Amino acid sequence: MKLKNADTLNALKAQSLKLIETRRVTDTVSTKNAQGLVRHVMVCGGPGCHSSGSPGIAERLEEELNKQGLSEQVKVFQPGCFGFCEKGPMIEIYPDNVTYCEVSSEDVTTIVEEHFIQGNQVEHLLYMDPITKERFATNIPFYDGQLRIALRNVGYIAPENILEYIAADGYQALAKVLFSMTSLEVIDVLKDSGLRGRGGAGFPTGVKWEFTRKSPADQRYIICNADEGDPGAFMDRSVLEGDPHSVLEAMLIAGSAIGASEGFIYVRAEYPAAIRRLQIAIAQAQEYGLLGKAILGSDFCFNIELKYGAGAFVCGEETALIHSIEGARGEPSVKPPFPAQKGLWGKPTCVNNVETLANIPAIILKGADWFSAVGTEKSKGTKVFALAGKVNNVGLVEVPMGTTLRQIIFDIGGGIKQRKTFKAAQTGGPSGGCIPTKYLDSPIDYESLTAIGSMMGSGGLIVLDEDDCMVNIAKYFQEFTMDESCGRCTACRVGTKRLYEILTKITEGKGTLEDLENLEKLCHIIKDTALCGLGQSAPNPILSTLKYFRDEYIAHIVDKTCPAGVCQSLLKYEITDKCVGCTLCVKKCPMSCITGSSKKRHVIDQERCLKCGACMEQCRVVGAIIRH
Amino acid sequence: MCDSASSNQFVQKLDGYIDSLTYKKENLIGVLHYAQEIYGYLPASVQWHIAQKLDIPSATVYGVVSFYSFFTMIPRGEHVVNVCTGTACFVRGAEKLKGELENQLKIKAGETTPDNLFTLETLRCVGACGLAPVMIVDGKVHGRMNEAQDINEVLAKYRPEG
Repeated sequence: MKLKNADTLNALKAQSLKLIETRRVTDTVSTKNAQGLVRHVMVCGGPGCHSSGSPGIAERLEEELNKQGLSEQVKVFQPGCFGFCEKGPMIEIYPDNVTYCEVSSEDVTTIVEEHFIQGNQVEHLLYMDPITKERFATNIPFYDGQLRIALRNVGYIAPENILEYIAADGYQALAKVLFSMTSLEVIDVLKDSGLRGRGGAGFPTGVKWEFTRKSPADQRYIICNADEGDPGAFMDRSVLEGDPHSVLEAMLIAGSAIGASEGFIYVRAEYPAAIRRLQIAIAQAQEYGLLGKAILGSDFCFNIELKYGAGAFVCGEETALIHSIEGARGEPSVKPPFPAQKGLWGKPTCVNNVETLANIPAIILKGADWFSAVGTEKSKGTKVFALAGKVNNVGLVEVPMGTTLRQIIFDIGGGIKQRKTFKAAQTGGPSGGCIPTKYLDSPIDYESLTAIGSMMGSGGLIVLDEDDCMVNIAKYFQEFTMDESCGRCTACRVGTKRLYEILTKITEGKGTLEDLENLEKLCHIIKDTALCGLGQSAPNPILSTLKYFRDEYIAHIVDKTCPAGVCQSLLKYEITDKCVGCTLCVKKCPMSCITGSSKKRHVIDQERCLKCGACMEQCRVVGAIIRH
Repeated sequence: MCDSASSNQFVQKLDGYIDSLTYKKENLIGVLHYAQEIYGYLPASVQWHIAQKLDIPSATVYGVVSFYSFFTMIPRGEHVVNVCTGTACFVRGAEKLKGELENQLKIKAGETTPDNLFTLETLRCVGACGLAPVMIVDGKVHGRMNEAQDINEVLAKYRPEG
């Protein structure tokens, strides 16, 4: 059915509202009172829950409900990511608004029997606060302090049904742009909203649109950058999988504002589920006349094509991405000319990141003032972070700009795993840096992160604890950039390799103070001379760890020790007099370098020891084998 | 690897796909994705064929194939085992997991077992950071792979019985 005008869109919205009204949180009823009402069970389909078996749970639920004759009354959906990956697989039940955590397919019969037939909540599946032991059916502390704008529909609507998106105000912003705003007004709203690129660099989106629009040309292009390469960040994937239409709608809005009739989504081939959702969404949008010719009966035409990446981190850089779409090696080129002037096939091109785009329909509908009321002076709105590493609540969080790291890691994230001590937060992935304890209370925005030697990046936030060696972390990122360097410019191609070699030397205990000097010098040279943003920011992980954790570098070089006990070559395993002579370690040692007879203290031959730690893992007597 | 009859069939399928495209040279990466899907890898002969068909230098094709890590010129084993080396997995023990897999499969990352059953590779972040460290076998994610025993059990599922 092609939608001919804004009125038919509104009529379809009115018709579709019933699809999601059960899920409105404002209409929550108690589990007892929900008996007999139509209920929706949302089974999280995010990457984490999906991996731990949520599709199987959804299937089992449907089977069991069918068996009990409840399939008409209770509907099962698989929406996108709920965000609380640590406690997955999760399910949410409406209208009683109850969340169950760590559900397995064995729990399905209990849920159906207790919750849907008896009308009681299944106590042991409710979220339990690890400290107070209090159970929460709803209002889990993880979601306190979060504000969902980019993720507004993710986990809430069924992503494969365009009608649910339309019911949730979908394509209303497009109608508004097409029928009651001029392109200049659209660009002004974006400029006034203060929205900045969420891919990392933070360039004002409205300004980018204006540049592209002003470049004279017969054809312009919109590109959605969905090449999420930062290891440990998965927010773009969650948007694509959970709310693909919001990205399409924003690209349509961009197309009409800039004067482009073609758009491309450059998506990683490693995200097959996201690709499938996008294909479905594009087909549905075409069917409803929201893509193609005469959109909503206007004279605006727009098509979107999917382009697949092939595993190159550098393709997240806009000029490299454009070359990749053109079918070439994804190597960046010198800017200027900027893509806004000369981009895809030499035409003005606007490249926006997925999360940036996901914000746009909401900004158009609710206005620039609404958006700019959230955030800090220079960074407006919210930011999605992929919180991971040594933190209790791993997951996807969306918080207003200006929220502090402490709030994210300790309030939302529930603190450090196993009650260990926080050491640093790594933001911005391979282009970012490590933030030490003393900055836990500084508000996060583009400027403040850059000021303390890190960067916003795409939003990966990895928490490190006392057991992480900062030199090793710097080496890890250097290995990444070395591997992913496209080889175009010498500074990055050769420079990152030399940096990696120096770091390896240090972690092996062979480093000298002169190496440290050279390391720092080379970092600055690369920063100043690399061709693209990725090369220029490649030394950031080293520079920030040198700035805040220089003592760890010194310990590796001067004392030949690794304070965190990570760098294998610098470790020493010793058997103390607590040894009872059980011979377990003797049997396990791969080098057979432990000697000692039964019931006598054993000895490790330090010359031949590999430092693999197998003996310590085997040992059952506390303190009999020590590592230092 | 493949006899001439199936090889002919593959060529026809690939040519059919290329013929269906409006833009050909511009879709080199898409064509390579498609070719790798049918052949399993991109040997020199396939690259040469694509260059001829798209009327571009074979050096250009090789340049693109060697640039992107998704493309491989070596055939993979029956099952591909990937270790996620994203940051979240790295800080939760991905190196140890990789070492253990190398140990159990008796190959290094990037290699294939002599019986052609497993290929061991690494990749960057599959977004299952909550389950770190993870290994992925034929696209299926297995999380919290900290113990040698658990790893062994996962691999056993892919070994032929007996």
